[in-house]
Amino acid sequence: MTLITNHANARLTALDELTTHDYHEFQTEMRQRLAGDDRLVSYFGAPSQTDAAPFLHAVFITQNGELVHFRGRGEPGASVASLTSEFPEMHCFERELHEQYGLDMAGHPWLKPIRFEGRDLEQMNEYPFYKLKGKEVHEVAVGPIHAGVIEPGHFRFMCFGEKVHHLEIHRGYQHRGVEKLLLKAPLRRLPPLIESVVGDSAVAYSLTHCRAIEALADLDVAADVERIRAIGLELERVAMHLGGLSGMATDIAYLPGSTSYGRLRTTVINLSMRLCGSRFGRSWFRPGELRFPFTQTHRDDIRKSLELVQHDIAFINKSFTESRTVNHRLRTICHLSKEVALEIGVVGMASRASGLSRDLRTEMRGGVYEEHPIPLVSEPTGHCWARGMVRIREIEASMNWMLAQSDLAHDVDAGTPPQITLRPNCGVVSLEEGWRGEVMQYLETDANGDIAHYKVQDPSLRNWFGMAQAVKNNTIYDFPICNKSFDLSYCGNDL
Amino acid sequence: MKSLTNALKVRASQGKQFIPDVRGAKPIGFRGLPVISMAPCENGCTACVESCPTTAIELEPFGLDLGRCIFCDQCARLCPQDKVEFTTGYRLASNTAEGLVVREGKSLSPVASTEAIRKLFGRSLKLRVVSAGGCNGCEQEINATTNVNFDMGRYGIDIVASPRHADGVIISGPLSTHMAAALDLCYEAIPEPKLVILAGACAISGGIFEGSPELNRSFLERFTPSLYVAGCPPHPLSIVNGILDLMGHADGKW
Repeated sequence: MTLITNHANARLTALDELTTHDYHEFQTEMRQRLAGDDRLVSYFGAPSQTDAAPFLHAVFITQNGELVHFRGRGEPGASVASLTSEFPEMHCFERELHEQYGLDMAGHPWLKPIRFEGRDLEQMNEYPFYKLKGKEVHEVAVGPIHAGVIEPGHFRFMCFGEKVHHLEIHRGYQHRGVEKLLLKAPLRRLPPLIESVVGDSAVAYSLTHCRAIEALADLDVAADVERIRAIGLELERVAMHLGGLSGMATDIAYLPGSTSYGRLRTTVINLSMRLCGSRFGRSWFRPGELRFPFTQTHRDDIRKSLELVQHDIAFINKSFTESRTVNHRLRTICHLSKEVALEIGVVGMASRASGLSRDLRTEMRGGVYEEHPIPLVSEPTGHCWARGMVRIREIEASMNWMLAQSDLAHDVDAGTPPQITLRPNCGVVSLEEGWRGEVMQYLETDANGDIAHYKVQDPSLRNWFGMAQAVKNNTIYDFPICNKSFDLSYCGNDL
Repeated sequence: MKSLTNALKVRASQGKQFIPDVRGAKPIGFRGLPVISMAPCENGCTACVESCPTTAIELEPFGLDLGRCIFCDQCARLCPQDKVEFTTGYRLASNTAEGLVVREGKSLSPVASTEAIRKLFGRSLKLRVVSAGGCNGCEQEINATTNVNFDMGRYGIDIVASPRHADGVIISGPLSTHMAAALDLCYEAIPEPKLVILAGACAISGGIFEGSPELNRSFLERFTPSLYVAGCPPHPLSIVNGILDLMGHADGKW
């Protein structure tokens, strides 16, 4: 496989040089890698540009940070064997392939629709929930509309008294046809559309898109621009982690934590607004350019705002972590063991709270995070407490890192939009570690250099199952805390 | 004793977080209300129209539809005549979708209240929020209206859990097909008389998702909203001010 370019976090390959297996070779390589030391990042379909059998793409990351990307396919209409029983982390990818391409995934133990793409509501209402039977067993149905201001999704609990034996999450309510729209949209519409796939991760999505387009269009970006982009990404992480801590505090009725983490979040997102006009970093970054200037005023503003947060968060953290009510409510509930997290393929922040070290910022080579490493944060215990602690420690690490990067970044003027011509017949895998976990986008161009396929993957696709596992054998009133501690995206799953 | 000292430190550092005057607040850096200059366009220039990701701009006469605009600034950057300038203005709501179009010498139509709304809801307004395909941008900003900074509750405006307790619904998101039935159920459960408020470009026009076959916007053909709040997502100040105007609140000072 010839690598044309390797922008940090984006891997571009000409399609005719992309390793392409026949079905059996593909299954063999999948098994070998899944059983070995490589880590699965994605498994998705892409329609063939010539006939009806879709290609199955696999993306792995090796232990020394290399991205491995290959594809394979069978005959049109032929059966495809499921690997989920052997490797449970394949479950969501195979369900998606079944839904999007009609592949049979023979032997899949849980082949249910993942988002009801293009299907009507009546089919949605017939969702085949897992049932428990017994005299004392009862069912609790919640949603799609929840009590708070939150995205919709349906949760079905099978309970024995107050104890949750099983939780099944039925999603799809947020489906907006993102992947189809991305194919229809002209280039100018792609960045704002990609920022709206998951609005709380607008920067992570936007940067993943930028890198993919830059790799396809041979655009280089100055090191200072990359630094400012990373500051944008870390601001998003800090803001969302502060919001998450505030939410967890709210859910256990610890009001000092709720209000003080909440107001620190406001400080951080208002800093984003002064840097780019939007509290969520929207329209800050576009392929090949920086849209807003970066000067000493901005550097001073970053320092002043983050130092304020650093000063206050020290005693706010102390009060939170030493409070008896917080310890009592978070320390022992909703455990996700390292083994289960590994088995079902949990990624990102939630995986790091179960003792894993999955963080693309420290795993991958190249870019600002290799030049200036950011400490890996991992907590071994896997309870709600650990998911809170990972946030607390990541906020600290990100703020220190941003302050250093902001001092290193030279002044940059706002750029002008570059001419974008995409290389024909290429595929690019682009990745970014957002606050929730790894965001992946795969773009493929046709012979004219038009985008022929656009795949989007949010960490939530994989992590929802982890949340459902964590709440098992806990009481039903622990569920909101568990849900907030994972803080997953409904839109990211539903697309 | 130590933990008590620390708790007091937390409380003291919190200070007073609320914005005393939500009508006169100054959100530094916010990219809000665009102002359209009277400068004539260059002959045949369509740079703004071609740059717009949501077809929010029409020419001859020039109009920028804030119900579609996602405030990305691209038109302002590319216009050779500097015809569009985004300001920090956050009064971005109107009673109708048409009222959100800004033109040369004409800003958006400000929100008006009615005697009936003032009488019924002027001192207490409870709202249920339904996200129907919202990306969690609008949802976060609607949540922020109730936080310690914007503190909408001081005006008697609250977000409630049950539609039975609500006087109206705030809708965010482009109205996905799969949420159509749930939205109808929620709306039916709200006792009469009731209001509909749309928050954000997606809810108002479909926004960046306009034209997706996975949307079902028929709710808006059956029910007429009283308030449209522009933005992507709308700033909490836009939401609070819009609702205060709708309630006929005189100054919003506290």
